[in-house]
Amino acid sequence: MGKMSRSPWLLHYDASSCNGCDIEVLDCLTPKYDIERFGIINTGDPFQADILLITGGVNSQTEPVVKQLYSQMPSPKVVVAVGICACTGGVFKECYNIRGGIDTVIPVDVYVPGCAARPESIIDGVVKAVQILDQKRAAQNQEA
Amino acid sequence: MTRILLILGYLVLAPAAGALLDGADRVISARMQRRKGPSLLQPFYDLQKLFAKQMIAVNNVQMLLNLSYLVFLAIAGAMLFAGQDILMCMFILSTADMFLIMAASSDSSPYASLGAGREMLQMMAYEPLTLIIAVGFYLTTGSSHVSDIVHASSSAVWLMPGMFLGFIFTAAVKFRKSPFDLSTSHHAHQEMVKGLTTEMSGPTLAIMNIAEYYEMILILGIFGLFIVNENWWSWPLAVLVCLVIFFLEVLWDNASARVKWDLLLKGCWTVTLLAGGLNLLILMLVR
Ligand code: SF4
Repeated sequence: MGKMSRSPWLLHYDASSCNGCDIEVLDCLTPKYDIERFGIINTGDPFQADILLITGGVNSQTEPVVKQLYSQMPSPKVVVAVGICACTGGVFKECYNIRGGIDTVIPVDVYVPGCAARPESIIDGVVKAVQILDQKRAAQNQEA
Repeated sequence: MTRILLILGYLVLAPAAGALLDGADRVISARMQRRKGPSLLQPFYDLQKLFAKQMIAVNNVQMLLNLSYLVFLAIAGAMLFAGQDILMCMFILSTADMFLIMAASSDSSPYASLGAGREMLQMMAYEPLTLIIAVGFYLTTGSSHVSDIVHASSSAVWLMPGMFLGFIFTAAVKFRKSPFDLSTSHHAHQEMVKGLTTEMSGPTLAIMNIAEYYEMILILGIFGLFIVNENWWSWPLAVLVCLVIFFLEVLWDNASARVKWDLLLKGCWTVTLLAGGLNLLILMLVR
């Protein structure tokens, strides 16, 4: 385990989700799933976050917000798209205001499918994200 | 010689002890909520990660102010553990806090400014009792020097029980425990986001955390001062009492909701006046 993977802090943002995926993200914090056992903290502050969890597709109103949040996070950072809406736009893909999945706006590292994504798969996605976080950190060290 | 060893011991061991206590706090809190919780060493992992993160500085002074907060807290703690004047130590403690407030208000985030304002309210809430305690130690032992207080023939707590209990109450403010974690909190990260620490990231936040660990050990040291006397067995007893108090704070943290600022002020001042003030009056009469 590397430096980053032992204490990944999450920032959760709802880009335009129906709230189904959001509830599942919060489920991960409950005693049953307890993601704090991985050292994960659900922080509300992009300045302190390592992993950006986004639910729902991006629409014209949330696009600047998503970009802003992403730019405020110190690197190394990883983005996880939770739910089919965040991956591709899902059932809302054809809507006039929807840009599509999160990857139309910022680079996404992990895609978690499901409608709504189940807590187990969200945790799986976060664990994947944590590995990527370590790789990014190693790559950064090599550059420096 | 021993004095230098004590100072060095504090400077080196206090952050480690503080981080361990913080880890224990998180594990105990998790168990109280029927969760498994993180590992005991989690705060060390967090610090390690924070130092490895990119440094995003919102301005040039925040890091400097945070470092000043750290240094002043270390000085205050070192003074206590070196047996210096307790009143001076408490003044430096408040000076350190002013640096934290300045660090938080130096950026433009409304959350951070709100946190800084609340931190000032918190200072107003706990400061009176800390001063009363310093006077209490002077009246009880005839000296405000820590080196004299620890050589008293009986524990100070017998003559200052009110102040002791009152300090358990107001220490929740210093430990940033619910119901008094208004300015920045370890839990419930969504309300007002992170208050004071909103614009602190990576290394800056790590410095702030280390400073908090120094402060934690310093406050526990003051609790210990209530217990220690000239007998050797009072030292392990003091450590035990400190641990019990810390556990009580964690329990209280998990069992209570955050209060509003006016209740914080009223609550702390009532306790200060009743427990601290009455105790002080009686002390002045009997001494
Ligand atoms: S994936 Fe399903 S549950 Fe999640 S936001 Fe989209 S519609 Fe809602």
